[in-house]
Amino acid sequence: MGGLGLREVWRFAFRGITANRMRSSLTVLGVLIGVSSVIVLTAVGNGSALAVKEGIEKLGTNSILVMSAGGGGRFSRTANSNAKGLTLADAKALNDSLLAPDVKMAAPILNASGSCTYGNLTSTPQNITGTWPSYFEASNSPIDKGYYWSNDDVIAGRPVAIIGTTVATDLFGTDSPLNQVIRCHGQSVTVVGVMKSKGSTGGFQDADSIVIAPITFVQRSMSGYGSLSQIQVEAISATSTTAAMDEVTTIMNTQHKIKAGANADYRVLNQATILASSTTSSHTLTVLLAAIAAISLLVGGIGITNIMLVSVTERTREIGIRKAIGAPKSAILTQFLIEAMLLSLMGGISGVLFGVGISHFTVLGVKPVVSLTSVLSAFIVSALVGLIFGGWPANRAASLRPIEALRYE
Amino acid sequence: MTPVKPPVVKVEAVTKVYGEGETAVHALRGISLEIEQGEFVAIMGASGSGKTTLMNILGCLDIPTDGDYWIRNLNVAELDEEQLSVVRSQLIGFVFQSFNLIPRTSAAQNVELPLAYQGVSLSNRRKRAQIALDSVGLGDRARHEPQELSGGQQQRVAIARALVTNPAMVLADEPTGALDTQSTKEISELLHKINENGSTVIVITHEEEVARAARRVIRLRDGRVVEDTKWVA
Ligand SMILES: Nc1ncnc2c1ncn2[C@@H]1O[C@H](COP(=O)(O)OP(=O)(O)O)[C@@H](O)[C@H]1O
Ligand SMILES: [Mg+2]
Repeated sequence: MGGLGLREVWRFAFRGITANRMRSSLTVLGVLIGVSSVIVLTAVGNGSALAVKEGIEKLGTNSILVMSAGGGGRFSRTANSNAKGLTLADAKALNDSLLAPDVKMAAPILNASGSCTYGNLTSTPQNITGTWPSYFEASNSPIDKGYYWSNDDVIAGRPVAIIGTTVATDLFGTDSPLNQVIRCHGQSVTVVGVMKSKGSTGGFQDADSIVIAPITFVQRSMSGYGSLSQIQVEAISATSTTAAMDEVTTIMNTQHKIKAGANADYRVLNQATILASSTTSSHTLTVLLAAIAAISLLVGGIGITNIMLVSVTERTREIGIRKAIGAPKSAILTQFLIEAMLLSLMGGISGVLFGVGISHFTVLGVKPVVSLTSVLSAFIVSALVGLIFGGWPANRAASLRPIEALRYE
Repeated sequence: MTPVKPPVVKVEAVTKVYGEGETAVHALRGISLEIEQGEFVAIMGASGSGKTTLMNILGCLDIPTDGDYWIRNLNVAELDEEQLSVVRSQLIGFVFQSFNLIPRTSAAQNVELPLAYQGVSLSNRRKRAQIALDSVGLGDRARHEPQELSGGQQQRVAIARALVTNPAMVLADEPTGALDTQSTKEISELLHKINENGSTVIVITHEEEVARAARRVIRLRDGRVVEDTKWVA
């Protein structure tokens, strides 16, 4: 394009863009939304995968979880019509050093929901868990302050609880919650201990948003005497986890009268198995989110094509004039391409800033994790979008014979 | 007198047909012409006689349906897109009836543009654009945009843009068609001055005023040359 200086090139692009500010802003907005959604959605996908993984890892390698096959037990997907929920009898049977030498202990978990209040402050724990004292060890949950409630408390069904740090902060701020009486699910409960923070794993689970009370108390005053949510089992060591899982399966088959080869109405999981299945599902989630984001980037690209078509059409006469006074095709092409690139880069840069900015906040309960790849690829794609989608109308314009362009009204 | 240089323009049996079949319009029905370097030619004729069609072909803005066209020794039909843009840039300055300045772009920038397409450096083209604007009497309007100038002033900017590259020929299609008598007089004097500086000038006009300045009048009727008169000064 010879001596067509930068000044003239930029002036042309600038004139094209400022000729209709509203239209240009909307186009830029389209690319901005595309680019930032690529960044935010993949970050959310990454973040939730990471949160799930961390949550599972917190279970500890010794931990084994027995669940109803249908998840909660109510929506059992087994064909077994006499599917039976988990019971306290199951939990007791698993604490059998003869039949299950590799099991250190098993504790029932009964989750109730409801909010807790202290004075005029409220906290809604993710779980109000009823269990046995062995749970604290089986689930790898040491306390920070106070003391554990005991077997006596379970037998007597006393209204005592150990609370997680999230609940403690919600209700007491920096004050000590020890020996204070809170109300959970409408019941008065005395706080006897505060758990050590497990650290927020982000995502859908906050391990510190919990109230743990004797199972007998939770059954009596909150959940009723239905089936258990889960049974938490701890193997005697990390290496005996597999053996412990086999023993748990044998005992559970006897308990639930499952014949060999029949579908079980319960599942035995440990960190490794949960991790494996969650990785595939969170990968699917990330791919899905990325696909949605890619579509919005494509829509942004169509916006650029559209505005470039309009821009070219509006300036067809001008193209004719320029060609009549000696503009080569390449000069016209370059000018429109730069205009299109400028639009998409403005969208790309603001999209990156916006996307990375949004990713600093918790989105849908997930702490997003921005990946450099997604930022780079979103940015490069937005520049390419300008080149490709702007190139076609620009080439059309540059190929016109001068007289055709000049006759255009 | 035998010319030493090749003619600047040589057309042979040029025809132009718009459209096809029933609706075809024969705008040019076989034109043959030679125009020497330094001539001042007025093309006249009734509306619809084919003047603009001929001028667009001479300016390499359009292509003939048939026949041959040489600029200097270049056979225009054999030039590709890129070479055509060089010819338009180096050899031709075109002035339109409707001015055709680039909107929202100052007079100086409009005049600079053909130089930019030639690859002239920024400082050089600024200088030359200013000289061209001075020569059409608009040196003090360099920063004005087209919409801030009168019709006559716009046409003078357009003439400055056509002559800034020192083209072999300046082509003007009814340059005064949209102007008042005073402006017509100024434009006519300008074309005369350009010719005296050595450029070939070809102008389409209805005005006797403009035609009188020319030393040759070519009259068209129905796409044919019906008169070709030269005055010897
Ligand atoms: N683009 C076009 N398509 C069809 N017919 C055209 C076109 N341009 C000019 N014509 C016709 O060609 C003839 C010559 O037109 P033109 O060269 O503009 O004449 P002039 O400039 O002498 O008035 C006229 O009949 C006109 O209607
Ligand atoms: Mg005409």
